[in-house]
Amino acid sequence: MHTEIRDPMASRFPLGEPKGLKPLYVGCATGFSGDRTDGAGPVVDALIALGGGVLNFETLAERTLALAQLEKRKNPALGYEPLLDDLVGPVLKRCLDHNIQIVSNFGAANPQACAQRIFALARAQGLRTPRIAVVHGDDLTKPEQLTFLLKRLGSDIDPKRVVSANAYLGAGEIAQALKDGADIVVTGRVSDPSLTLGPAIAHFGWSMQDWHLMGCGTMAGHMLECGTQVTGGYYSVPGQKSVPGMDCIGFPIAEIRADGTFSVFKAANTGGRVDDRTGREQILYEVHDPARYLTPDVVADITQATITREGQDRILVQGITGHQRPDELKVNVCYDNGYFAEAEISYAGFQAKERAALAGETIRKRIGHLLPLRVDLIGALSIFGDDAGELMAQGYAGASRDVRLRVAGVHLQKEIAEKILREVTALYCCGPAGGGGVRTSLRPRLDTLSCTIPREAVPSGFSFVQEQRA
Amino acid sequence: MNTNNSANTVELPLYQLAHGRAGDKGNTSNISVIAWDSACFALLVEQLTEARVAQWFAYRHPTKVTRYVLPKLEAMNFVLEGVLDGGVNDALNLDTHGKGLSFWMLDLPITVPTALAATLEVKEYN
Repeated sequence: MHTEIRDPMASRFPLGEPKGLKPLYVGCATGFSGDRTDGAGPVVDALIALGGGVLNFETLAERTLALAQLEKRKNPALGYEPLLDDLVGPVLKRCLDHNIQIVSNFGAANPQACAQRIFALARAQGLRTPRIAVVHGDDLTKPEQLTFLLKRLGSDIDPKRVVSANAYLGAGEIAQALKDGADIVVTGRVSDPSLTLGPAIAHFGWSMQDWHLMGCGTMAGHMLECGTQVTGGYYSVPGQKSVPGMDCIGFPIAEIRADGTFSVFKAANTGGRVDDRTGREQILYEVHDPARYLTPDVVADITQATITREGQDRILVQGITGHQRPDELKVNVCYDNGYFAEAEISYAGFQAKERAALAGETIRKRIGHLLPLRVDLIGALSIFGDDAGELMAQGYAGASRDVRLRVAGVHLQKEIAEKILREVTALYCCGPAGGGGVRTSLRPRLDTLSCTIPREAVPSGFSFVQEQRA
Repeated sequence: MNTNNSANTVELPLYQLAHGRAGDKGNTSNISVIAWDSACFALLVEQLTEARVAQWFAYRHPTKVTRYVLPKLEAMNFVLEGVLDGGVNDALNLDTHGKGLSFWMLDLPITVPTALAATLEVKEYN
């Protein structure tokens, strides 16, 4: 890690000096790009009442960054989180006024432009100029980097087809930027939990070689990174696992202590539910081996973790530890890979499922030799089935009088993929009887390759950004 | 408890003994199975084996199924490799992430002693 420009403004947290044993409060107001944008308000109110803290926005799923790169290609001033104004605008003043640092990967493919947009938001609201640090180095799309990556991947795809290539950075740059006095840290691709671990390292002065604490802070971030998934969102099953206030679920806040234990709760006057059950669903979410949850910062270990209720909508998480971080960093390479086509048409009433199935068979006979097709009978069988149609062939689809046929396929050539759209549309006249409500869509398909590379190949760092006035 | 004598047991879907959530990474799905209570957990450790889960998902041709048991959470984590038709970028499924696969898992039948079964009717858990 290296820093290019140090902010001349003196740091709030002098280098290496722990801020003390007061807990750190970290709230997370989005779990992905596309999440609700009104979650931050109650979280910020809670953080103010607690005397300050850190606000995370997690906005980068695997594909999001590639889509952002495509935006940046069209307009070099874009390529960051498209809903940035809605996320940051309503809470920027309160964050700057109340010692709440914002740490987010909403920089996506263009963290510099993202920082400039935040300056503009602050100026429009008459606020002081925030100190914004931008983390760089995750983007590996320089020609020599791509050559290296594709060789590493053993892939022979044309580098021109690569849309994005990003390493998952860790918490180090975020921590140092906060120690140096950043109000806001904007990143591109970092490991999601690093958005929380970085502030904890800065706050407590944790050593980044203390694997136990790195494991604890990482799992605190893991609990937060999907937003409401830990506060009752994505939990509800009516009649069995009910969650109050699904329309206004509170986003989560962690109280992290110097010893690495932490509690998770939600803001007052919000819907949702935080208990050992919602906590257990989230702690295992997207985990494989619970003894080896890999991030750039640590190999976290939750095999001895416990989650207990501490009060209404509040849990205590203990027993987490960690092991030495992986030697290499994970890289995702996203590339153009043809076109994805899907088209749907509905059948209802007498013999609805049979008519939909006949329509599917008809399309298979006409274009099934050109590309592999997936045929779903939405309302009878669509989600559990596999692409090969094995479950459908076993007769799993139930009886239904309201069925929507869906045909999907991919092809490198646009005109071949487009045939799915044309064939489903033609069912309007060619039948079977009573088909209606055709909708079609054709979009470029992005594919991802993953590998790991040595840390030395990823020149990461951060810098404080100056406002550029037009 | 006798789980072998069919007169004293009944088959219940897994969702009456546990809840869970599916996550994806590439072509691999992980599905957590979290017991409603300790008695359920003990039964699940015994019956919800890697082989049983592999068989339940056979139509998706998992290349490998691994079970991780977390006694302190009274939970298990199943990692099913190769079941997502290539994953979020490759699959033609509407649900490319396999988010719904936890509910396929939760239909799996478990043999439950009648006395325990009487306490496991679908109800609100608080």
